[in-house]
Amino acid sequence: MNTPHIIKPYMRLSGLEPLVVRPETNFLNVGERTNVTGSKKFARLVREGLYEEALSVARQQVESGAQVLDVNMDDALLDGEKAMTTFLNLLASEPDISRIPVMIDSSKFSVIEAGLKCLQGKCIVNSISLKEGEEKFIEHAIICQSYGASVVVMAFDENGQADTLQKRVDFCHRAYKILTEKVGYDPQDIIFDPNIFAIATGIEEHNNYAVEFIEACRQIKKLMPLTKISGGVSNVSFSFRGNDAVREAMHSVFLLHAIKAGLDMGIVNAGMIQIYDEIEPQLRELCEDAILNRRDDATERLINFAETVKAKGKVEEKSQAWREGTVEARLSHALVNGITDYIEADTEEARLKYDRPLQVIEGPLMDGMNVVGDLFGSGKMFLPQVVKSARVMKKSVAVLTPFIEEEKAEYVRINGGQIKSAGKILLATVKGDVHDIGKNIVGVVLGCNGYDIIDLGVMVPADKILQAAKEHQVDIIGLSGLITPSLDEMVHIARELKRQKFDIPLLIGGATTSRTHTAVKIAPEYENGVVHVLDASRSVTVTGNLLNKALNKNFLEDVKAEYVKLNDAFRNKRPVKQYLTVGQARENKAPVDWNNFQPVKPALLGTKTFTDYDLAEIAKYIDWQPFFIAWELHGKFPQILTDKVVGVEATRLYNDAKEMLQRIIDEKWLRARAVIGMFPANTSAADTIMVTAPDGAEFPLEFLRQQIKKAPGQPNFSLADYIAPKSTGKQDYIGGFAVTTGEGIEEWLEHFKKEHDDYSSIMLKALADRLAEAFTELLHERVRKEFWGYATEEHLSNEELIKEEYLGIRPAPGYPACPEHTEKYKLFDLLNATEETGIILTESLAMYPASSVSGWYFANPQSKYFGLGKIEKDQVEDYAERKGWPLEEAEKWLRPSLEYDM
Amino acid sequence: MKSLQQCAKERILIIDGAMGTMIQRYKLEESDYRGERFKNYHSDVKGNSDLLSITQPGIIEAIHREYLEAGADIIETNTFSSTVIAQADYDMQDLAYEMNIAAVQVAKRAAEDYTRRTPDKPRFVAGAIGPLNKTLSISPDVNNPGFRSVTFDEVVDAYYQQVKALSEAGADILLIETIFDTLNCKGAIFAIKKYYRDSGKPELPIMISGTITDASGRTLSGQTLEAFYISVMHAKPFSIGLNCALGGEQMRPYIEELSQIANCYVSCYPNAGLPNTFGEYDEEPHETAHIIEDFAKEGFVNIVGGCCGTTPDHIRHMAESVRPITPRPLPVLETTL
Repeated sequence: MNTPHIIKPYMRLSGLEPLVVRPETNFLNVGERTNVTGSKKFARLVREGLYEEALSVARQQVESGAQVLDVNMDDALLDGEKAMTTFLNLLASEPDISRIPVMIDSSKFSVIEAGLKCLQGKCIVNSISLKEGEEKFIEHAIICQSYGASVVVMAFDENGQADTLQKRVDFCHRAYKILTEKVGYDPQDIIFDPNIFAIATGIEEHNNYAVEFIEACRQIKKLMPLTKISGGVSNVSFSFRGNDAVREAMHSVFLLHAIKAGLDMGIVNAGMIQIYDEIEPQLRELCEDAILNRRDDATERLINFAETVKAKGKVEEKSQAWREGTVEARLSHALVNGITDYIEADTEEARLKYDRPLQVIEGPLMDGMNVVGDLFGSGKMFLPQVVKSARVMKKSVAVLTPFIEEEKAEYVRINGGQIKSAGKILLATVKGDVHDIGKNIVGVVLGCNGYDIIDLGVMVPADKILQAAKEHQVDIIGLSGLITPSLDEMVHIARELKRQKFDIPLLIGGATTSRTHTAVKIAPEYENGVVHVLDASRSVTVTGNLLNKALNKNFLEDVKAEYVKLNDAFRNKRPVKQYLTVGQARENKAPVDWNNFQPVKPALLGTKTFTDYDLAEIAKYIDWQPFFIAWELHGKFPQILTDKVVGVEATRLYNDAKEMLQRIIDEKWLRARAVIGMFPANTSAADTIMVTAPDGAEFPLEFLRQQIKKAPGQPNFSLADYIAPKSTGKQDYIGGFAVTTGEGIEEWLEHFKKEHDDYSSIMLKALADRLAEAFTELLHERVRKEFWGYATEEHLSNEELIKEEYLGIRPAPGYPACPEHTEKYKLFDLLNATEETGIILTESLAMYPASSVSGWYFANPQSKYFGLGKIEKDQVEDYAERKGWPLEEAEKWLRPSLEYDM
Repeated sequence: MKSLQQCAKERILIIDGAMGTMIQRYKLEESDYRGERFKNYHSDVKGNSDLLSITQPGIIEAIHREYLEAGADIIETNTFSSTVIAQADYDMQDLAYEMNIAAVQVAKRAAEDYTRRTPDKPRFVAGAIGPLNKTLSISPDVNNPGFRSVTFDEVVDAYYQQVKALSEAGADILLIETIFDTLNCKGAIFAIKKYYRDSGKPELPIMISGTITDASGRTLSGQTLEAFYISVMHAKPFSIGLNCALGGEQMRPYIEELSQIANCYVSCYPNAGLPNTFGEYDEEPHETAHIIEDFAKEGFVNIVGGCCGTTPDHIRHMAESVRPITPRPLPVLETTL
């Protein structure tokens, strides 16, 4: 296995892909059309700054088989360095072109070096020479070597060009020795250009140029076998300019002989080489004569023949088959392949085909982008290609934009008013991350859908994002990131948004982001909406929902609910080691300093029943917000009444509700009944409260304790922590209540049903629920101030009550702090609740009538609401024992709280 | 003392694991990063790990020592971002030079101590040269693909200063790593070659480590692995390899390819697997070690270690796993076609 590999001294070049020149490579085509000296079209495009079309010239070269791309900007009218830099930088974002190596072609070394600074691949410098002496030659060679470039050495010396066989070989050999011995160049990185000159010019001395070149190749290869030989092939046929048929034949014949002799590559228009065997035999013969200088009259005969040959039209070999598809297929092809050449015409064609310009975006363009997204997602496209696709998209959209604007203007003219931008969206790739393709696509797609996009670019620190969001008054912030530390940065930004009291939604996107991460780590940090956006196409729906005020609240509620679920699901999956044993949890109970606390003895010990409480009084305690939520109108009360979007509807509903409420009160539709009670109690064990019923019977109330491992200083709560342990010797108390406002409702529901009046039916149920909650609030206040009397000085407004700013709590069995429902039996027994209030407990411990509330009163000022979270089997076993249940029974009632799978 | 070259001939060398993961364990706050010297600095510096070489050299040295104790032959200096370009994020570009000097000093202190203890296993300090936060081949502006946020000359200047500092402070190796844009790497190579031409000093061994970003098998700037290697061959590196972005398992085909085409030593220091949903690395030390051991047995590698998420435990497991395995022999370089 560990035998060493063998590495051959091949010439190795690279663009995005490698190009290894092996003996079997035969001949490398160097594309020549991206040369301002050789292509008038290319020269014009560059001079006029039409770089995109200039890139198309390059692409055409690659598509017709060029393996190396010669780029030359030597034009007197051009700033060569700038043109070289601009073109090569643009080329870098065209992966189908930049996959092949570049040959930087200039007679000015400053232009060559400008080019070297732009190319990540191993390129070829064309050229350096001894023209300006050995010192300059070495200096240039060292620079080329430092960039890792192969070099073309022109067969020149201080006195000029090598024009004989001997000079060609000698000049090359001299350069070779300097490069390999003084500079340290690898021989395989050296390419000689022994000068291809025009033949058949009519000047006799020129007739043998091709022969000498071919022989020079042979000798150079013999002397310096690892080096390569290149040449400007089209020079040889220069005298037949305008007669492509003859030129193509000459090139083929010349190449056949030169390649055999050792020519490795040539600057040639790949479309300008005839296949040797397909050359018309007479022409081939004449070319052979001229190239090999076999007859004195070869030139004359070739010229005579040339005049009889019709020049063929220029052949573009690029496959244009895709141009024949439907406009949708063409748009898709252009997007996927990043081709901008026809995008404007195709877009226009699509615009005329569809009813509305926006449909072009929503239809074929989005379809194309989806293909791009899929290919990228599955690793079949890579970064630069996607950037290009986005660019095609933008170009297409630019064509459509004026028509979309016109359509809008037309709409305004007919309907009046004004159309605002659909919304402003800020996009940024977070600090520390440079990846923004996804973000850019999202920007494009959203821009297409009429949103104003403010794109802050990449590596944007949190403060800059927030500042820009304020400055531009954006409606949405979108964050993107690809690398994993970006996830933390997004969490940080969410926290900053919260800290700086933002209220706009936050979108999260990018490859490493996920719905789960968003739900678990980001959403909990910022309550005004955090949405993970899977991809650009989803971004349109999401922003649409967020910016439509009527939809926004429901949408965010839905997302929030989904994320809470995900969060729960995730937390449920947390590893076992995150939990304490029940024993450890009990040691970490809520610290209450019982030595310095004296429980307040309730003014009322025992129970008190209210049989028909004044509904008008109860109505003052109504918290209206949940009422609107019940009607799926989400928002704060009373602001919702004046909300721009739902305000009118909310006000109408509120008026109807108040009208019905008045009738409920005046006509006594409902009867408010309740029982409250306060009882002596002390904890007898960590999670057990021993309570004494009015009849003197003692029985235990069983509670549960948080078991999740907490941060240092954070207790593992149990409601039992808020009652003094028996061991303190201090008598403590617990209270209970059961409240209903549901009696009498059935009759009215029946009535509305007959009337087919669902509206009133739902209204009544919603109001009855509100009244039950309000009654609970009212009684709790009276308990604090009066019946228990531990907070006689309390003066809270209804709003403060709703915010629970009072001392003590009233947790209900079956709710987060004490989720086990069956303790409700004990509550009802203590209060004799069913008899006193008419509330019946169903077998699943639901209360009937529905508009009923029951729970415990805890008076301890330290007491607070908490969620139990998940518990471990050891506590369940302990609980089962306390309840006198088999384990299965305990697990059944505690199922939603179990940390483990049953 | 044996030279790096001798050591590499004899055995698979161990390079250290993640610095960042280890720094995180210290849960440093803004004030810790600032230290006494920068307590009134005008911008936030928390997260500027390279600053710790100056303000918390004890922590950095302790981390180096943990890796040396775990068996690392080569430790990387804490200089991933110690360039004027990367430090501009913290407005600390003027400190870049000093960071390199300080980082080499702490690393050397630890390495020399361990070399003294185990003279048959000399330890080497590799001056870490990171990829910069600006790219030379990719435009940050989609609407202007020809735009570049930094010039080649700026990149060369930044790296030149770093190379000069690392070299003067006494690093044993120069390590260009986490290369996602080859042109940036070529800037670093250019700077190295220029520095040694200018100074006339003997060139330090160069290690080059690229990053294949995903299953496409390409660098972020779009090159295939072989194209990348060809593009940096002119550095005549001591080793070529891969690090970051992928775990060992995902790196396998690329390391295998590299082992076939590289005319120098091959290095591999992957992440501890792929990150989970939370960006954390879960791969256990023995798991990473198992993958690396397989590479070694296959004859793919000469230098192994860890990147993101790896810890001294990972390095220890790795070192033990590859100890009995002979390294990949250097290829035979033929001189005729």
